[in-house]
Amino acid sequence: MLNDFLLLMKSELALAFILFLLLILKVGKEIANERLLALIQILLLGNFIFGFFFIESGTLFGGMFATNGLIAFQKSIISLGIYLISLLFSDWLKKTEHLPEFFILLLSAVLGMFFLISSGNLLMFYLSLELATIPVAAMANFDLDKKISSEASMKMILSSALSSGVLLFGISLIYGATGTISFDQIPALLDGNGLQTLAFVFLFTAFAFKLSIVPFHLWTADVYEGSPMAVTSFLSVISKGAIAFILLTTLYKVFAPMHALWYNMVMLLSVITMVVGNLFALRQQNIKRFLAFSSIAQVGFILLGISSQSIEGISSVVYFVLIYVFSNLAAFGVAGAISQSYGKELIEDYKGLYQTNPFISWVLALSLFSLAGIPPTAGFFGKLFLITAGASKGNYFFIVVAALNMIVSLYYYLRIVRAVFMDKNDQPIAKINLDPSTKLGMIICTAGIILIGLLSWVYDYITSLSIQ
Amino acid sequence: MNLTLLILLPLLTAVVILLVRSGVQVKWSALMGASVQFILALILFFAFRKERALGNEAQMLFEIQYKWFPSWHISFHLGVDGISVAMILLTAFVVIAGVLVSWNVEKMTKEFYLLLIILSLGAYGFFISLDLFILFFFLEIAVIPKYLLIGIWGSGKKEYAANKLALMLMGGSALVLVGLLGLYFGGNENTFDLLLLSKMQIPVVVQKICFPLLFVGFGVFTALFPFHTWVPDGHSSAPTAGSMFLAGISMKLGGYGCLRVATYLMPEGAKEYANIIIVLSAIAILYGAFATMMQKDLKYINAYSSVSHCGFVLLGIGMLTKTAIAGAVMQMVSHGLMTALFFAVIGMVYERTHTREVNEMGGLIKVMPFITTVLFIVGLCSLGLPGLSGFVAEMTIFMGSWQNPDPFHRIATIAACMSIVVTAVYILRAIGKTAMGPIHDRYLLLEDAKWNEKLAAIILIAGIIAIGIAPFWLNDLITPAADEIMHKVAGK
Repeated sequence: MLNDFLLLMKSELALAFILFLLLILKVGKEIANERLLALIQILLLGNFIFGFFFIESGTLFGGMFATNGLIAFQKSIISLGIYLISLLFSDWLKKTEHLPEFFILLLSAVLGMFFLISSGNLLMFYLSLELATIPVAAMANFDLDKKISSEASMKMILSSALSSGVLLFGISLIYGATGTISFDQIPALLDGNGLQTLAFVFLFTAFAFKLSIVPFHLWTADVYEGSPMAVTSFLSVISKGAIAFILLTTLYKVFAPMHALWYNMVMLLSVITMVVGNLFALRQQNIKRFLAFSSIAQVGFILLGISSQSIEGISSVVYFVLIYVFSNLAAFGVAGAISQSYGKELIEDYKGLYQTNPFISWVLALSLFSLAGIPPTAGFFGKLFLITAGASKGNYFFIVVAALNMIVSLYYYLRIVRAVFMDKNDQPIAKINLDPSTKLGMIICTAGIILIGLLSWVYDYITSLSIQ
Repeated sequence: MNLTLLILLPLLTAVVILLVRSGVQVKWSALMGASVQFILALILFFAFRKERALGNEAQMLFEIQYKWFPSWHISFHLGVDGISVAMILLTAFVVIAGVLVSWNVEKMTKEFYLLLIILSLGAYGFFISLDLFILFFFLEIAVIPKYLLIGIWGSGKKEYAANKLALMLMGGSALVLVGLLGLYFGGNENTFDLLLLSKMQIPVVVQKICFPLLFVGFGVFTALFPFHTWVPDGHSSAPTAGSMFLAGISMKLGGYGCLRVATYLMPEGAKEYANIIIVLSAIAILYGAFATMMQKDLKYINAYSSVSHCGFVLLGIGMLTKTAIAGAVMQMVSHGLMTALFFAVIGMVYERTHTREVNEMGGLIKVMPFITTVLFIVGLCSLGLPGLSGFVAEMTIFMGSWQNPDPFHRIATIAACMSIVVTAVYILRAIGKTAMGPIHDRYLLLEDAKWNEKLAAIILIAGIIAIGIAPFWLNDLITPAADEIMHKVAGK
C-alpha cells in the first residue's frame, strides 16, 4: 500500500517536497534571489527529469486518484512548462521582492493541476480545480505597485468564483441524476435525459470559463494584460494545457455515452472560438492582449481535435499542447525580456527590433510561425494533426472554416514579423542583455519548436501512450 | 541515385550559410551549394535516362521510403518520373542563376541567401514527394521565405505586396489542405501516399468536391484567374532573385500540383470541371496579355505576361490530351527559364539605370551590348520565336488542344492563339524602347554585365536554346509520364 502510494503519487510528492523546501527556506535565513532562483531552477529541472522514471498506472483512494503513462506524460509537459517559465523570466523573478512566495503559489497551483489531471471523481476534480485556480489569482497580483495588476487579480478571482459556482451546481445535478460522483460509474448511468443534459451543460460551462472558450472568454484579455508576464504565460499555456487534458478525460471517458450531444456543442464552440479569437486578435496593439486573443483562437483548434473522440484526438491534443508550451512560452519569453528591460509592450515598439536584437527576433519569429502553423516548425504538425483528427468525422464545413482561420491568424502573426523585420524605426529598442538562463530557455524553446515536429517518434510515443 | 540528397544538400548549404561569418563566405558557400545541386540535378537527369534506356518501366524511379508519423499512415516517400526530373532541372537552373544575380546584395547578405536556399529546398522537396503530406509540407515551407524576401529586400509597396502574396498563397494552401483531407478520408484506405491513392477508386462524389478545392488551391500559386492578383504586385516588389524564384519556380509548384495531385488522382473531377478550367485559363491568357500592353514598368510587364504564360499551363492541363499535358509541362520549364532570365535582365538594367520605366530608357544597346542582347533573346523567346523554348512549348499545347474536335475547345484554342499577336506587340515595344533609339546622356557611362551576371544569363540561355533547338530530350522525358496521367484520365 505504502509502496503503491509512493510510486503512483510520486510526481505530486516530488512537487510537495519542493514546495515545503521553499517554505523552510523562506522562514530560514535570508538568501539572495539569484542563488535561490538558481536552486529553484535546478529543482524544477530535477522534477521534470524525475517525471520520466517509475511510471506506473493504477488508482488510489478508491478510484479518486488515477494515473497511467499518458497522465504521467501530461504532467511532464506541465513540469517542463514551469521549468521553462523559471528560466525565461529570470530577470523579472530576480527583481521581485517575494521570490519564494511566488514559487510557493506557482507550485501549489501546479500541484492542483496534477491532482486535476489525475482525478477520478467529481469531488477530487472540483477540489483540485480550486487549488489550481486560487493561487494563480494571487500570482496575478504580483506586480504589487501596479493598479492594473490588482485589477487583473480581482477580475480573475471573481470570474473563477462564478465558474466554480456553476461547476458545483453541475456536479450536484450529476449526482442527483446518477447517484454517483465516480468517473468509472457515471458513464453506465448516463442516458442523455434532460437533467443530465442540463448538468453536462453546466459542467462544460465551467470548462469553457477556464479555457476561455467564446463566449466565456471576456475575462481573459484584461487578466492577461494586467498580470506580470510570467503569470500571463503560466495562465495562457500551462493552465490551458492542464484544463484541456482533463477535458479530454471528462469528455472521452465520463461523458462518452453523450457523444452525439457534445460533439455538436464542441464543434460549434470550436468554430466560434477560433473566429472570435482571431478577429479580436487582429486589432490588438498590446502584445499581451494580442497573445491572449491568439491563445483563445488556439483553444478553438484544440477543441477541433477534441471533437473527434478517437485515439488520434487524444494524441493530437496532447501533442499540440506540448508544442504550444514551447511556442507560446518562447513568444512570451521574448515579450517578457523586452518589457522587463524597457517597459515596452506595444507591437509598435517592436519596429526595427531585428536591427538591434537579431537573436530574440528570430526566436520570436519562429515561435510566431509555429503558432501560425507554418512548416518546418512543430506548430505545423500540431495544427495539421488537430485538423485531420477533426476531419475524421467528415464535417468538412467546419474544417474549411478552420483552414480559413489559419489564414486570418497568419495575417496577424505576420503583423509582428513585419514590425520586427521590415518596418523602419529611428529609435528601435536598444540591445537587450539577456540573462544566461533566459537565453538557455529560449534556446530550449527554439530547439523544441524545430525538432518536435520533424522527429516523428515524439508523436508516436504519445500515440502509444494514448492507446493504453 | 538517392533522392534524399536533393533535400539534404540545400539543408547543408543553409547550415553552412548560418555558420560562416563574412558576406563573401556566405555568397561563395551559397554558390557552391547551388552548383553542386545543379550537378546533382544533371546526374539525376542522366541516371534517369539511363534507367529508362535500360528498360526500367516503373512509373516512379529511385523510389525511397522512410517511416514518418506511421500512426497517420504518412511516410517520407520520394520518387521521380519524367515530369519531376524536368522540374528539378528547371529548379536547379533557376537557383544557380538566382544566386549569381544576387551577388551585389549588401543588406543582410546572410539572411538573404539563407532564405533563397530554404525556398529552393521547398521546391526540390515538393517536386520529388510521393506522399501528399510531405508535398504539402514542402509547399508551405516555401511561403514564408518569399514573404520575407519581398518584405525586407523588396522595393515599392513591398509590405503590401508581401502580405498579399503570403495571405493569398496561404489561402491557396488552406484549400489544398482541405482537399487533401478529403482524399485522405475519401478513399477506401486512409493514406496520403500518391501511388496508393492513384490505384484506388476514389468515389466520384469525393472527386467532385475535392478536385475544385485542390485545383483552385494549387491554381492560386500558378496565377489561376481570378486568383492571379498577387502576381503583379509580388513580382514587381520582390528583389531580382526573389522575382526569379517566384516566377521561375514557385508558380510552377502550382502547375505541378494541379497536374500531379488534382488531375492525376481525380480524373472524374478533372473531366467534370475541364471546361471551366479552359474558360478561366483562356481569360487569364488574354487578360494577361492585354493588361501587359498597358504597363510601363518592365517588371510589371513581365509579371502580367507571366499570368498570360502560366495560363497556357492550365489550358494544357484543362485540354486533357496527352500532347497538351506534355506541352503544359514543357511550358512550365520553358516559362520558368525564360521568366527567370527576364527578371534577371530587368534587375541588371535597374541596378544601372535605377529605373524600370520603359519610357525613361532608350538606346541602352550602345552602352550595354551584352545585357540588351540577352533582353532580345528573352523577348523573342517570350513571343514564341522558333528555335527558342517558348515556341516549342506553346506549339505543343496548341497541337494538343486542337486534338479536341468540338467547337468549344477549338474556339478556346483560337482565342489563346490570338494572345501571341498581343505578346509580340508588347514585347517588341518594350524591348525596342529600352534598347533602341537615342540614349540619354545620364546613361552614357553605364557598364555592361559583370562576370556573375554573364554567367547567370548564359546558364539560363543555354537551357532556353537547348529546349528550342532540340526539344526531343525534354519531350522524351515528359511524354511517358504524361501518358501515364492520360491513361488514368481515360480510365484504363
